[in-house]
Amino acid sequence: MAPTLILSRALSAIVTLFGVMVIVFVLVRVVPGDPIAMMIAPGASDADIAALRAHYGLDLPIWQQFLVWLGQVLLGNFGTSISLKQGVLTVILERLPATLELAVFALAMALVWGSFIALVSTAARGTLLEKFIDNFNGVMLAVPDFIWGLTFVLVLGVFVPVLPISGRSDPTIDAGLSSQFYILEGVLRGKLLFVWDVLKHMLLPAFTMSFPLAAVIGRVLKNTMMDVMVQDYIVLARIKGLSSLRILLQEALRNAAVPALALTGVQFTFLIGGTVITERIFSYPGIGNLAIDAVINRDLPLIQGLVLTFGAIFVAVNMAVDALAAWLNPRLRHA
Amino acid sequence: MPKDFRIWLGGGFILLLLLAAIFAPLISPFDPLEQDLLSATMAPGQDPSHIIGTDSLGRDVLSRLIFACRIALTVAFVAATLACLAGTFLGMLAGYLGGWWDATISRLIDIWMAFPPVLLSILLVAVLGTGIHSVIAAIVVIDWTRFARVVRAETQQQARLEYTEAATALGMSRGTILFREILPNVVPVILVLLSLEMGIAVIVEAILSFVGLSVSTDTPTWGGMIAEGRQIIYQAWWVLVFPLVTLFLTVLAFNQLGDGLRQWLDPMLKR
Repeated sequence: MAPTLILSRALSAIVTLFGVMVIVFVLVRVVPGDPIAMMIAPGASDADIAALRAHYGLDLPIWQQFLVWLGQVLLGNFGTSISLKQGVLTVILERLPATLELAVFALAMALVWGSFIALVSTAARGTLLEKFIDNFNGVMLAVPDFIWGLTFVLVLGVFVPVLPISGRSDPTIDAGLSSQFYILEGVLRGKLLFVWDVLKHMLLPAFTMSFPLAAVIGRVLKNTMMDVMVQDYIVLARIKGLSSLRILLQEALRNAAVPALALTGVQFTFLIGGTVITERIFSYPGIGNLAIDAVINRDLPLIQGLVLTFGAIFVAVNMAVDALAAWLNPRLRHA
Repeated sequence: MPKDFRIWLGGGFILLLLLAAIFAPLISPFDPLEQDLLSATMAPGQDPSHIIGTDSLGRDVLSRLIFACRIALTVAFVAATLACLAGTFLGMLAGYLGGWWDATISRLIDIWMAFPPVLLSILLVAVLGTGIHSVIAAIVVIDWTRFARVVRAETQQQARLEYTEAATALGMSRGTILFREILPNVVPVILVLLSLEMGIAVIVEAILSFVGLSVSTDTPTWGGMIAEGRQIIYQAWWVLVFPLVTLFLTVLAFNQLGDGLRQWLDPMLKR
């Protein structure tokens, strides 16, 4: 990638993150009135309050307050969670790995599932199977993940109980891991039985989150592949006697992948947003579930920290997608 | 008369829900809040008077389902209409006036849509507090862009047509042209969006009441019933299944109605 492109992308990421910070500051600090009221533990003395007020510079004008607040946030000082009585950063870092592993797993599933749908439906073009897959794709897209998740709970967790529907791992298994990256650390340490258990717990929530994304990927990939399949070089490949499967995978899929991947990046942020409700349905201990508890308890320091965390993830994902797109599409490299 | 069966099917189901919501006290077999611990978690058909069973507190599931239509439809109609009014107004201004107006509003829409809706709704409910007003406010604040984006493009198109030019030549004021001439031609698009938005609003309300951020728990809601059902899912699946199916059918009905309307109202697709 050209250095100027990297610079401009990084700059726009910083601007976006700054925008998120301004919104959070306005909503959390200015709208509800006295910000001190949400930072102190209940029952603090007047002297403590006055000290805190001076510490956070609340006698200053509002733009200076914003700068002070920004400084604190950049130093990682998000304050103390009211409901959990722990540092906000500590709480978030403890729960974040669970969400990250789930989101990445769901993304991988959506990519595999979406490509599979597109490949089968392209290979079967003109037949009843294609019609069936297209209709199924429409249903996957039209039904919201909230309903999918609960349906999976009901069908695969209760009626035919094959998969766990709550939590992240079997509490009776003590893997003795030191980090919260269960899959990553489990694989590195060779605790495959534990990893298998964690994967089983992740399967239904990840499936729920991957469904809408897989439908979108499947549709776009199929449309581009159908366009590609009538191109001259596909005809040439056929004349050369390549097998249909090889043409489909090597020629069509490779050329159709770029637009689908660009779209995946945009949709991935929605998938991460979807963790909030999916984690709730499956009692999964990630930051999405934490966010809902924070709102129910009106734990404003925690909400503030979580929104900034989500914002940072979104910005990071967007940057990664831009870089990936530039790497895949040579024309963008010098744009 | 529209021939499309989707309009009749979707519209019919919504009408049914509407009637159920209005006449809820008359048609419900029980008081939706009445607890009867002696007949708790009764399966459907176990007691002929509780047709689809009771929940963990012995409340009649059918009666709660019927009363919950009230919240769902109120949120659907009010939130979608308000989002529609705000989005349409801004979209028409941007599409017709162009220039500085268009640049500002379009930029605003872009920024808005880049911000993930879940985050925005969490922040809004956190600041506004829970309750039906917050739910409606959150939906309006988040979803006005859906209308604004489409209405802007449609208005832009209409503004380029001959009839707008003729109206300008006749010396009509810009306000008259916008609301008397262009608006009626944008209405079909708005109606389709409105129907789809109602489906979205129903889901958002269900999600927020599922996680306990909507109305207080004494008021029956589909989302609240689903949350209760989720907790006792191994003992009483029916507490979750019936509101879930109702929710699904409602969303489906709004979607089908919207798709049917699109087909019926769009002369381009009719051919």
